[in-house]
Amino acid sequence: MAALTIAAGTGNWFSALALGVTLLKCLLIPTYHSTDFEVHRNWLAITHSLPISQWYYEATSEWTLDYPPFFAWFEYILSHVAKYFDQEMLNVRNLNYSSSRTLLFQRFSVIFMDVLFVYAVHECCKCIDGKKVGKELTEKPKFILSVLLLWNFGLLIVDHIHFQYNGFLFGLMLLSIARLFQKRHMEGAFLFAVLLHFKHIYLYVAPAYGVYLLRSYCFTANKPDGSIRWNSFSFVRVISLGLVVFLVSALSLGPFLALNQLPQVFSRLFPFKRGLCHAYWAPNFWALYNGLDKVLSVIGLKLKFLDPNNIPKASMTSGLVQQFQHTVLPSVTPLATLICTLIAILPSIFCLWFKPQGPRGFLRCLTLCALSSFMFGWHVHEKAILLAILPMSLLSVQKAGDASIFLILTTTGHYSLFPLLFTAPELPIKILLMLLFTIYSISSLKTLFRQSFTVATQAGVQWH
Amino acid sequence: MEKWYLMTIVVLIGLTVRWTVSLNSYSGAGKPPMFGDYEAQRHWQEITFNLPVKQWYFNSSDNNLQYWGLDYPPLTAYHSLLCAYVAKFINPDWIALHTSRGFESQAHKLFMRTTVLIADLLIYIPAVVLYCCCLKDISTKKKIANALCILLYPGLILIDYGHFQNIYNSVSLGFALWGVLGVSCDWDLLGSLAFCLAINYKQMELYHSLPFFCFLLGKCFKKGLKGKGFVLLVKLACTVVASFVLCWLPFFTEREQTLQVLRRLFPVDRGLFEDKVANIWCSFNVFLKIRDILPRHIQLIMSFCFTFLSLLPACIKLILQPSSKGFKFTLVIEIIFCNIIFFLYHFRPVCLVLSEIPFMSTWFLLVSTFSLLPLLLKDELLMPSVVTTMAFFIACVTSFSIFEKTSEEELQLKSFSISVRKYLPCFTFLSRMIQYLFLISVITMVLLTLTTVTLDPPQKLPDLFSVLVCFVSCLNFLFFLVYFNIIIMWDSKSGRNQKKIT
Repeated sequence: MAALTIAAGTGNWFSALALGVTLLKCLLIPTYHSTDFEVHRNWLAITHSLPISQWYYEATSEWTLDYPPFFAWFEYILSHVAKYFDQEMLNVRNLNYSSSRTLLFQRFSVIFMDVLFVYAVHECCKCIDGKKVGKELTEKPKFILSVLLLWNFGLLIVDHIHFQYNGFLFGLMLLSIARLFQKRHMEGAFLFAVLLHFKHIYLYVAPAYGVYLLRSYCFTANKPDGSIRWNSFSFVRVISLGLVVFLVSALSLGPFLALNQLPQVFSRLFPFKRGLCHAYWAPNFWALYNGLDKVLSVIGLKLKFLDPNNIPKASMTSGLVQQFQHTVLPSVTPLATLICTLIAILPSIFCLWFKPQGPRGFLRCLTLCALSSFMFGWHVHEKAILLAILPMSLLSVQKAGDASIFLILTTTGHYSLFPLLFTAPELPIKILLMLLFTIYSISSLKTLFRQSFTVATQAGVQWH
Repeated sequence: MEKWYLMTIVVLIGLTVRWTVSLNSYSGAGKPPMFGDYEAQRHWQEITFNLPVKQWYFNSSDNNLQYWGLDYPPLTAYHSLLCAYVAKFINPDWIALHTSRGFESQAHKLFMRTTVLIADLLIYIPAVVLYCCCLKDISTKKKIANALCILLYPGLILIDYGHFQNIYNSVSLGFALWGVLGVSCDWDLLGSLAFCLAINYKQMELYHSLPFFCFLLGKCFKKGLKGKGFVLLVKLACTVVASFVLCWLPFFTEREQTLQVLRRLFPVDRGLFEDKVANIWCSFNVFLKIRDILPRHIQLIMSFCFTFLSLLPACIKLILQPSSKGFKFTLVIEIIFCNIIFFLYHFRPVCLVLSEIPFMSTWFLLVSTFSLLPLLLKDELLMPSVVTTMAFFIACVTSFSIFEKTSEEELQLKSFSISVRKYLPCFTFLSRMIQYLFLISVITMVLLTLTTVTLDPPQKLPDLFSVLVCFVSCLNFLFFLVYFNIIIMWDSKSGRNQKKIT
């Protein structure tokens, strides 16, 4: 009976949470899936049926391979499992093929890969010290953080309904953050480098990593007042970091360098021709900019300031992915967005360099980098808000101030993901899950910080 | 954490699970000419909307009783009428007389599923929440965990939202639960009213009527038949009569109407072997071809006699010593027994004792879900059933730490084992035995599920797996029957002994 107790995980709340959310994911299998489903099926087919030299050139389907090589290798490995489910999905010509076995395989692959995410959450929970807060399990920071991460509404609907593989990628990111907290910097750097070569969207937060590692790892000691001590610079560390990044990149891009395909790979990875805004607008600064432009153009037409013949035909709101010009306000180029983003992240980078506050400061900078890139980036997907929400969860269980910002961020961020699921059967699901997550996050964080005000003079608990 | 936050979260989880299960297919999907129970429900909306009340239960050119004729009491008909009005507002084609037969579309499926969810939300879920809040002697956390487990019970979810057979079970069971709640909390009139509504919704609830009757009678006796008790009795009688009259009003105008409705509700010529389900006759049939030996009406009479006789001890005790706990347990016994003899999907009362004997209740509810296996497989509901069963199991395990509660005292078998030990001093291994039985039972169920899914039955015995499922479930149910009877009997004995001492 004891063995069964252990096996059933009695008293082990983390396993129960992880299992519970996995079961929910299984129930979501028959829900609507977006074109991303076909995207990944196509990539399975490409990597399975074609030689490497063709991977970034193949264009039978409109969903060409536009993730870095590690992801392509990941799809390749998956395809070898896929052939036992349904051989037909691996045919490049089978566009929009979605038999029930294909669906089952793809959904299960996402659910399975989330194991990495669960492990990462487990590691993050270890980094939190919640001894000062109440004894009730559901009020411990570890428990709250686990629920906020494992049952995150955005991740659930993007990964398990809309269909993507964000789970294990965020797992890699959270794991690298956890390693940095545990002072295992080399591992953290390695994990992040690997992550970059899985999905290059994480470049959004690369400045935070770079500056933090340089400042807090390569400079081994600080002066008493916290400022930089130049003679504590460790060449060994810099070189080893550089080596790690170089080796990972070599492993990833090496084969394509040898085949002289790098320009093609980069053009696939960074398709600037896709336009300022994604087909569904990400709620960032440029959405406001476009909206203003539209309003001004309408006013201008009404007041006869503008000549109707000069208005370009392509409309921003048509839901298509293309480039076009603004009518009233100046057009925005990719360089302009880059400059805006850099200006936005400058304050946090400065803080990270001049006043390092250890891993917590790094995490704050990371969240700010993600948010800034989301606000000012070129062709941002609305799913990118998750890049800010998930790391912020870690901060939210530590300080009351962070918690309130987190609540605003997460509620609006999740709500902004609603247009991703527009079918009628999924409407109750997204409303119910959103309510579930929002009510839980608000009530649990409120309870957590009400308690700690009575316990400690200074709100919040310390990281290791 | 505030109680109502947690309870809201539990309800939301329950609703989410229900809706995601409903995304799957339903019974009779795409299978003309009769389709399935989904079509039956749609048809009833068509009938009640388009025909006058007098024709609802009669065979006519407009209302072919062979094609899913109405065979539930009037309240179901009124409910269908209500749904039909909503349907008419959205898309009249769904309930057009004659032409809408076999209508199937995505929008319609959404509509039907939504009606089930709303009925659940309005009647069943509040009953569960209120019931758990009114439980005595347990912590807030346990109350909420109780609510979670009850709401996650796979049997109800799979039948109402997946299979779509006899749907709106949640309505009749919700009413019955309100009834139990009312009666346990001394709101007797409300309880009996709710229970009458339950009976008028689905006549199956009559099975529960015996414990209700005995408990209320016991209460009246306790209050003294010459004074308050008599007043209570009269009030109850009036409530019952009034509710019945209200529901049946349109059908009381003519004797023929009433008779026809009764004939539709109790089709005594349909027999007991409809669909091989967990009942004792099927199991007996394996050994002794009862079907061929006894004529149908004898089988029916025997069944009723068995039910009545088996319940007699518990009911008598309930009359003499009415207690909320005894009432709950009697309901449980009653339902197990009725399920063995007849065919029911009503395992809900066992949820009521979940908080008191978590281990046995969880085991029983798992078996009850397992017994539905053949039906679920027919409708391709394997994945949702496995997932919901596992979710339910995990919820019970973590909420109640059931594996730690297998000592004799926890299983409420202490007095029983003490009595047995008077004759057999070495009878100390009771809890061990039960643990092993549980293991065997679970392993058997898992193995049988796996074989049913992966292997094909041999040609000579095409129903082998269904019958095996039936048989195993029946064995388990017999065990539970014995167990719950023991609890009631020995509870009463210890009660009497204590009274003698003091």
